[in-house]
Amino acid sequence: MSDPVIRINKMNKWFGNFHVLRDINLNVAAGEKIVICGPSGSGKSTLIRCINRLEAHQEGEIEVEGITLDGSLKNLEDIRSNVGMVFQQFNLFPHMTVLENCTLSPIWVQQKPKAEAEKLARELLARVRIPDQADKYPGQLSGGQQQRVAIARALCMNPRIMLFDEPTSALDPEMIKEVLDVMVELAEEGMTMLCVTHEMGFARQVADRVIFMDEGEIVEENAPEAFFSNPKNERTQLFLSQVL
Amino acid sequence: MLGALLLAMVWLVANVQSNLERQNINSGFGFLSERAGFGINQTLIDYTEDSSFGRVLTVGLLNTLLVSVLGVFFATVLGFSLGVARLSSNWLINKTAMVYVEIFRNVPLLLQIMFWYFGVLRNLPTPRQAVSFGDAIFLSNRGIVVPAIEAGSWAGWYAAALAIGLAAFIWLRRRARLALADGTMMPIWRPLLMVTVASFGVAALLAGVPFSLDVPALKGFNFRGGITVIPEFVALLLALSLYTAAFIAEIVRAGIQSVSKGQREAAAALGLPDKTALRLVVIPQALRVIIPPLTSQYLNLTKNSSLAVAIAYPDIVSVFAGTTLTQVGQAVEIIFITMMIYLSLSLLTSYAMNRYNARIALVG
Amino acid sequence: MTGFTPTPARPAPANTVGFVGWARENLFATKLDSLLTVLAITLILYVIKVVFGWAVIDASFSGSDRTACLKDVQGACWPFIEAKFGQFIYGRYPDAERWRVDLVFAAGLIGLVPMLMPNVGHKRANMIFLLGFYPVFAFIMLTGGVLGLAAVDTTDWGGLLVTLVVAVTGIVASLPLGILLALGRRSDLPIVRALCIGFIEIFRGVPLITVLFMASVMLPLFLPDGVNFDKLVRCLIGVALFSSAYMAEVVRGGLQAIPKGQYEAAAALGLSYWKTTRLIILPQALKLVIPGIVNTFIGLFKDTTLVLIVGLFDLLGIVQLHFTDASWATPETHITGYVFAGAVFWLFCFAMSRYSIFMENHLSTDRNGS
Repeated sequence: MSDPVIRINKMNKWFGNFHVLRDINLNVAAGEKIVICGPSGSGKSTLIRCINRLEAHQEGEIEVEGITLDGSLKNLEDIRSNVGMVFQQFNLFPHMTVLENCTLSPIWVQQKPKAEAEKLARELLARVRIPDQADKYPGQLSGGQQQRVAIARALCMNPRIMLFDEPTSALDPEMIKEVLDVMVELAEEGMTMLCVTHEMGFARQVADRVIFMDEGEIVEENAPEAFFSNPKNERTQLFLSQVL
Repeated sequence: MLGALLLAMVWLVANVQSNLERQNINSGFGFLSERAGFGINQTLIDYTEDSSFGRVLTVGLLNTLLVSVLGVFFATVLGFSLGVARLSSNWLINKTAMVYVEIFRNVPLLLQIMFWYFGVLRNLPTPRQAVSFGDAIFLSNRGIVVPAIEAGSWAGWYAAALAIGLAAFIWLRRRARLALADGTMMPIWRPLLMVTVASFGVAALLAGVPFSLDVPALKGFNFRGGITVIPEFVALLLALSLYTAAFIAEIVRAGIQSVSKGQREAAAALGLPDKTALRLVVIPQALRVIIPPLTSQYLNLTKNSSLAVAIAYPDIVSVFAGTTLTQVGQAVEIIFITMMIYLSLSLLTSYAMNRYNARIALVG
Repeated sequence: MTGFTPTPARPAPANTVGFVGWARENLFATKLDSLLTVLAITLILYVIKVVFGWAVIDASFSGSDRTACLKDVQGACWPFIEAKFGQFIYGRYPDAERWRVDLVFAAGLIGLVPMLMPNVGHKRANMIFLLGFYPVFAFIMLTGGVLGLAAVDTTDWGGLLVTLVVAVTGIVASLPLGILLALGRRSDLPIVRALCIGFIEIFRGVPLITVLFMASVMLPLFLPDGVNFDKLVRCLIGVALFSSAYMAEVVRGGLQAIPKGQYEAAAALGLSYWKTTRLIILPQALKLVIPGIVNTFIGLFKDTTLVLIVGLFDLLGIVQLHFTDASWATPETHITGYVFAGAVFWLFCFAMSRYSIFMENHLSTDRNGS
């Protein structure tokens, strides 16, 4: 098996004195799709935020595509241009148009000329099925449209790994499907994805592995069918009975 | 009820008329062309005791504007620095700025003005024992005296050099702004510096040094020559700047904090370095929140400059609603004019701010 | 199926918590940070040395005239404050009658403190006491001339007494006036609307000093010959009018925050305009803008110092007046006086701003239901 694109080894994180992530060991292969679920406060969001260093860990190692995550700025820049992130609250820049939101990073970080960045952005906006909203402002779009723009914005960096932090939790029910459809397409095209979500249907359809976390550690991980029909741990069973 | 109101107004007007007549006070604005007969110790335009009251009004207005504009400048620079300091992750810097804000905000401005004027500046030594810096700048209780620059006949070349520098600055900024849209931060300071130094060099070659310094010298009890900045001005400017900066600091802090953490995280996740994220994402959004209350503080500063009357700085209230009113007695007209002037300044600024706000409003 | 035994929590690494951890993060995170910390510490130590030296080490603490404050290295002249303290608080209010002022202060506190605490009940009765009974009581007590109390002319009032009288009267008068103006500004009648907007814009656009000049110099012109306005009353009128314009804007903010649904529900219940306003809209709007009202009061409190320009002796004015006392003329007298006055004002204003923040937090948790 080729080297894992994400390697997390004995990672521990504290918020002050609160031990939020305990002895996390996780390897993610290229093209693998992982869904992380668990009760709130289990540390699942914190875990993926450690991968692109929006949070810093205190013990253990995290390696992304062979680059070690430590305090070094250079490593950080390399990692962040290869890892895209989609947030629960979309976090689009409200003072820029949709197109400008998408071309911001290619122009400023990858130093692409404006015309090329715009062409790429329009292609990606077409891929998430909102090509005609390019010149609108985020405030003029619906929640589902905004989240799809957020996905396109992350894709404009041409990342090899995509992190999703509860991408549909802030959406109205009728808009969840349009975002999930985009994520499914992305998965089918071979993107490595780590997804924190409550959408179990999505997990069943797309995930290679489902991970259950509680109280800061990984309790159980398995392929989706085995995970849902035959959980090995009591705690997992309890959680599934509440969620499904 | 309307009838009662009208009746009351008629009675009031009748009283005013009879009182004015009794006290032999004229009506109308004719007094503006009469001779003033008193001196003013800071005038930005020519003024003598033979000038008219109308000219007094102009002199006062210019003095008000001078201290207000400079006050706005210093208060903004200091206020923004303090506001940023309040957001610093360095605990000491953060708390020191907080202490400054809490002290200067909660002490009345008039007290601060008087403290600087009566407490500090008047306690400076007399001109004969003035504190001197290099025998050219002197600090005494009559004010700060600095050398004046007198331009000779070839000084025009230097003025041209300055104009070239300014033009280069404007042109470079336009080019830089266009480049920004393309994702490059074009450097402007180095080329600007080169152009300016070069043009000054040329001016020096052609014109020599046609400037002479009028260095102040102690003659008798006071200094002759140079430019004197009266202590009233210094005290007023100092108090206004320090006081208003405290309010501006809080406005800046609140504005920057109003940009949600998610915005910074999204920018970071996209790989944008901190400085770029600040410039493109945080500051544009923060400014939208900062500018309306900031304009309000600028207006407050301008209105607060009227406290000049307490230390006899010759602003518009001091010389017009003060001295002139005492001499002429036409309180109604004078106070009316004074209020109208301040009101115009306020309304103009509000109008400009509303236009600006409408233009940058977030769409959606 | 296996049970779940959670891994035990461990304490965080030693150099990330505790004082060392805190200092690393907050004071010495980067090289620049460390440099700033060192600079800041030097600056702070220097300032503390100067201030402490002036206020304590080189200061005089006892004496009965200027000779107490003429040392070679002289700091503050505290005996000056001590000697004049009575006048700083009461002005020239006769010594024998000062108990009346104390009574008024005390009664005010008794009425105010429960009003300010959100969890204390009987707010309506409290409000009636503060806005109805107390002003009358205070007026009678302070001016006297009736009920066997000696008359004390307002020209003898001075110091903190005047500051508080002007500030409190200003706020008590400007609140109802401001509410009326705010309501009028939203009125459907064009004349009422125009008048209110005009009033608000004019008084907000001009400096307070011009309003005080106007009140001092112009008000007497409006009255028939012989009728004289007490100087204090003239200032009170000017301050009240000025402050009501700012209060109107604060109340307007609160009114705008009330959702339309409230008006609609009241209309559906058949309530008239005034009943709706009084029972439904105003209570909610005013509660929303309590921080804004307190901030206006803080501004008003600081602005009371302007009355010294028109000849009234508030705290700052009376301190200034006593600078001319030759028996206390020393180089340090001025600064000591200003520091004292500044400290008193600072205490009041700081306390009020803390209260404003307290109320803001209390109201926001209130609204969020937590």
